[in-house]
Amino acid sequence: MMPDQQPPTRRNILNYFLGTGALASLGAILYPITRFMIPPRIVESAASSVVAAKVAEIKPNSGKVFKFGSKPAILVQTPTGEYHAFDAVCTHLDCTVQYRPEERLIWCACHNGRYDLTGKNISGPPPRPLEEFKVNVRGDEIVVSRG
Amino acid sequence: MAAGKSKWGDWLEERTGWRLVQELIEHKDVPRHRHSFWYYFGGMTLFLFAVQVCTGILLLLYYRPSAEAAFESVQFIMTEVQFGWLIRSVHSWSANLMIAAAFVHMFSALFLRSFRRPRELTWVSGSLLLFLSLAFGFSGYLLPWNKLAFFATKVGTDIAGVVPLIGPFLLRFLRGGDEVTGATLTRFFGFHVAILPAVTTALLSIHLYLVQKHGMSVPPSVDPEKAPRMRFIPDFLLRDLVGWLAAIALLAGLAAIFPWELGEKADPFAPAPAGIKPEWYFVFMFQTLKYIPAKILTIDGELLGIMFFSILGLLLVITPWLSPAQRPAEKRGWLPVVGVLVIVYIAVLSAMAYLT
Repeated sequence: MMPDQQPPTRRNILNYFLGTGALASLGAILYPITRFMIPPRIVESAASSVVAAKVAEIKPNSGKVFKFGSKPAILVQTPTGEYHAFDAVCTHLDCTVQYRPEERLIWCACHNGRYDLTGKNISGPPPRPLEEFKVNVRGDEIVVSRG
Repeated sequence: MAAGKSKWGDWLEERTGWRLVQELIEHKDVPRHRHSFWYYFGGMTLFLFAVQVCTGILLLLYYRPSAEAAFESVQFIMTEVQFGWLIRSVHSWSANLMIAAAFVHMFSALFLRSFRRPRELTWVSGSLLLFLSLAFGFSGYLLPWNKLAFFATKVGTDIAGVVPLIGPFLLRFLRGGDEVTGATLTRFFGFHVAILPAVTTALLSIHLYLVQKHGMSVPPSVDPEKAPRMRFIPDFLLRDLVGWLAAIALLAGLAAIFPWELGEKADPFAPAPAGIKPEWYFVFMFQTLKYIPAKILTIDGELLGIMFFSILGLLLVITPWLSPAQRPAEKRGWLPVVGVLVIVYIAVLSAMAYLT
C-alpha cells in the first residue's frame, strides 16, 4: 500500500467536506458564545466633585468613607483640624482603607498597610501613596473634587 | 502505535474499567423498519435539553433574580451584551421546540406501544420528564419579570391554590407568600436553575439507563427477528447529528427572524393586558377552564377542570398498565383511539384559543 500515491477518492472528498463543515459549524456556535461571555463596557459616571459630608458631621481626628463616582474615597479631619481627602482604595490589593484615630493615620485592614495623613505609604505592603483629592468647604458642606 | 494505544488503554482499563463502555457502544444497535423515523425524537429532545443547559448557564452570567433588577438585566442581555439577543432567543425557542419534540416522542411511544413489558418504567420516567419540562417552562416564563409573565404566574399559581386540602399551602409555597412578588421570582429562579435541573438529571439518567438496558423497542407490527439492525455508533448517531444540525440552523433562524420579545416590565398595580395567553403547551388547559361553568352541581367548575387534567396526567403515567399486555399484532385496541382523541382535543382547544 502506498497511501500517498492514491488519487483523491470520492470518500476522501466527502470526508473533507464533512470535516470542514463540522469545523465551520463549531466555529459558528463557539464564536457568539465567546463574545457573549465578555462583559460589555459600562460607562462609569465620571463625577468630578461630590459633597463628602456636612461640617458638623465630622470631628477632628476622624475619618469618613464616602462614595465618589463608582469608587470609595475617604475624608479625614486631622487632629489639628485640616481636611484631607484621598482615594480610599488601597494601592496594594484593592481593599478599602479606614481612619485609625488612636494611631492618627490611615490603615488598611487586609494586609496591615499604613498611610500617613498626606496619603503617603509608610509601612506594610502598599507600593504607592493614595491619590489625594481637593477639599473645599462651602457653607456647611465639605466638597471633594478631583485634581 | 497500536501497541502504545493499547498500553494506555490497559492503564486506563485497570483503573476505571472503561472498556465496559466501549463494549456497550460496540454492541448497541438500532432496529430498522418503517417506523424507525420516530426513534430520532428522543435524541432530539435530549439535544434540545443540552441546548437549554448551555444557553441557560450563559444567561446566568448576566441575569439577576430580583423584582428590581430582573427585567433590566434581561434588557441588558438583549441590548448591551454581544449576541445576548441570540443566546436568550435560542433559549426561549429551544424550550418550545424541546417540549414539542418531547410531545412527539411521547405520542410516538404511545402509538408504537413502546411501553410494553419490560419497558414500563422507561415510560413512567419519560412521562415524569415531560411534566418536569412543563415545570421548567412555567418557572422560566416568570424570570424576565414582564407583564405577561407576571399574570401567567398569578393565574398558574392560583390554579394550584384550588387543589383540595393542600391548595392553600401549595399556593403559598409556590408564591413564597400570599401574592406574586419578588419573593416568587427568587423562588421560581431557584426551582428553574437548581431544583428542577437536579431532579431532571436524576430522572433522565434513569430514563437513559433503561433505554440502554432494554434497547429500542420494536413495534408489535414489526417482526423483531426480521428487522435488520443498524449500529448505533456511527450509523445512528450520524443520522442523529444531521437532525441536531438542522435543529441548530432552525434555532438560529428563528432567533434571528423572530427574536424573543421582552415586553413591558411587570407592574403589580396595572390591569392584565388584553389577549393574555399562556405558552402554547398550556393553552388547551387554559381554554378548557374558560369553557367550564363556575358551578357544576355544587362543585366548583375550576376544581373539576383541575381534577380532570390531574387524572389525565395520572392516566398518562400509568398507561403501560392500562393496556392489555398481549395481543395479536394486527389488533389495534382502544389505545390509539384515545391517543388520537387526546391529540384532536389539544389541537381543537388550542386552535379555538388562538382564533377567538
